Amino acid sequence: MQTIEAVSGRAVPLFLDDIDTDRIIPARYLRCVTFEGLGEHVFEDDRKQDPNHPFDKPQFQGATVLVAGRNFGCGSSREHAPQALMRWGVRAVVAESYAEIFFGNCTANGIPCVTADRAHLQQLAEAVAANPQQTVTVDLMKLTVESGALKFPCKMQEGARQSLTTGNWDFLAQLVDAAPQIRETAERLPYMTGFAKV
Amino acid sequence: MSDTRNLFNRIWDLHTVRQMPSGQTQLFIGQHLIHEVTSPQAFQMLRDRELKVMHPERTLATVDHIIPTGNQARPFADGLAEEMMSAIEKNCREFGITLLNLDDRRQGIVHVVGPEQGLTQPGITLACGDSHTSTHGAFGCIAFGIGTSQVADVLASQTMAMGRPKVRRVGVNGKLRPGVYAKDVILHIIRKLGVEGGVGYAYEFAGEVFAAMSMEERMTVCNMSIEGGARCGYINPDQVTVDYLRGKPLAPQGAAFDKAAAWWLSLASGADAQFDDRVEIDGSTIEPTVTWGINPAQSVGVNEEIPAASSFPSTEQAGIREALAFMEFKEHQPIKGTKIDVAFIGSCTNSRISDLREAAKVVKGKHVAPHVRTFVVPGSQLIREQAEAEGLHEVFRAAGFDWREAGCSMCLAMNPDKLIGREICASSSNRNFKGRQGSPTGRTLLMSPAMVAAAAVNGVVSDVRDML
Repeated sequence: MQTIEAVSGRAVPLFLDDIDTDRIIPARYLRCVTFEGLGEHVFEDDRKQDPNHPFDKPQFQGATVLVAGRNFGCGSSREHAPQALMRWGVRAVVAESYAEIFFGNCTANGIPCVTADRAHLQQLAEAVAANPQQTVTVDLMKLTVESGALKFPCKMQEGARQSLTTGNWDFLAQLVDAAPQIRETAERLPYMTGFAKV
Repeated sequence: MSDTRNLFNRIWDLHTVRQMPSGQTQLFIGQHLIHEVTSPQAFQMLRDRELKVMHPERTLATVDHIIPTGNQARPFADGLAEEMMSAIEKNCREFGITLLNLDDRRQGIVHVVGPEQGLTQPGITLACGDSHTSTHGAFGCIAFGIGTSQVADVLASQTMAMGRPKVRRVGVNGKLRPGVYAKDVILHIIRKLGVEGGVGYAYEFAGEVFAAMSMEERMTVCNMSIEGGARCGYINPDQVTVDYLRGKPLAPQGAAFDKAAAWWLSLASGADAQFDDRVEIDGSTIEPTVTWGINPAQSVGVNEEIPAASSFPSTEQAGIREALAFMEFKEHQPIKGTKIDVAFIGSCTNSRISDLREAAKVVKGKHVAPHVRTFVVPGSQLIREQAEAEGLHEVFRAAGFDWREAGCSMCLAMNPDKLIGREICASSSNRNFKGRQGSPTGRTLLMSPAMVAAAAVNGVVSDVRDML
């Protein structure tokens, strides 16, 4: 699979905390059997209620790096949330922290989610708002975020980082490969053998 | 040397297939539950790669999220919902998976059905494409909500890749006061530890309060672990767990049951078990709790005021102000007396027979306030049957409540049950997020089913203890 060592592009700031996946993609758009078309509905209800929502601003169209706050992606496990972000154009997220299911869903879709200090995120969000054309680079090899003169360290769970940078984020293929070990594990579980061996 | 591992780590070790190149663990999943919303794309992923379901006999499907709780005649009026029904029916047929469909009396909310059928057992790992899978931890298993890519992983390999979380023991001791329910306990825990407090952790709920709870109450607690950010939550198996499972259709039977029970009890964290973190909460101080904001930690005791933004750390104040503005509540306003428009009793958190019994006790001989719309939605068809056998539906109907068919209903409003406009809903569900109950501007106050019943009768948020 494609290796993802860095994502570079313009950014969109959404520096709010506890953004849940119901807000990222409202449940009514989960009435589907594919992920197609979700991009146009990302943050739909927030956007309708906020005429200044960054996702509607002309200067942020085409952005690929999302700058967010604490506990981004909390709530529902819906993978429709990263799918909607991805189909809108997001290729990487920089935030203070993430809910874990969302983080895993993003990794499975090749979207790196890195964390950074709140003070740095504040600076980045302000820099992006002041100069939306400035390129932001999220570097998974050096674990840095860079935008013009601004440069700061970021973190990422090592397993997810390794998976992305080595092109091993297709977990399904790797998991299926271990069929013999899966069988061995099953055989030692009491409930897989009707408790015959307990 | 004694084994000082906690239950979580014992089960994790037992289910570890291997360490993956990324350093994550490949973890065997003993039971997979699926539903119509997060599975269709996963089946497509299998088809695209010409893969089969590895253990169809360890996968169970039901339908819940999109099910109308009124007219269930097929085809559904909602063409998109009908398409999803057809998809899960086709996928289960093609891949050999048992589907508890609408014509099966075992159908219901996936997190109600698993335990009810005895599939949810101590010592197993369980996964489902739904964040409230944490519910099943009530049995002393480890149960993870997963995304659709991982649903495909589990279907194809009966395993998934995951990093081992840390384990925090959340001890709640003392005795709950009358009129304080399991829902109040978990809302209180989330209020104290925050919606992000559990990130990186599995929560072990331990202590006198949980030991005294029924399995249904324990499910309510574990259900909302995810709302506290925890990857899962569990309660150690004990005699209450064993007694609940005995005789359940899909639990071990006969001599196997006794062997199983001995194994289950042997897994529980011992007195010397090690944890990465511990917190203690005094259960006797917990009040009937109501959320006032837009996440489940934004709650107060029913007799408290809505807090001022200035009482929170500076980095949280913007979020508090956003919540106050959305809810149109003022700082220092009492939550009690808040007028409600809708009352919803249901969801995977609180739709079980004991929830319906407690709510029925409150409404018996009373009547719903004239301005309040109501929904009482049992968690499964079997619960609906049980409630009707006990005459609870008559109690609800006589009090003016709408008695519905089983499903997720207004918890997430992917079906015809929805808030309208700015309505405020007293809800026994699990999320008060903006727009969660189907209207982008609708508002949700989370509380116990008994508290919802009290609010429905009085038309305003009330202290249920005044009605018991």
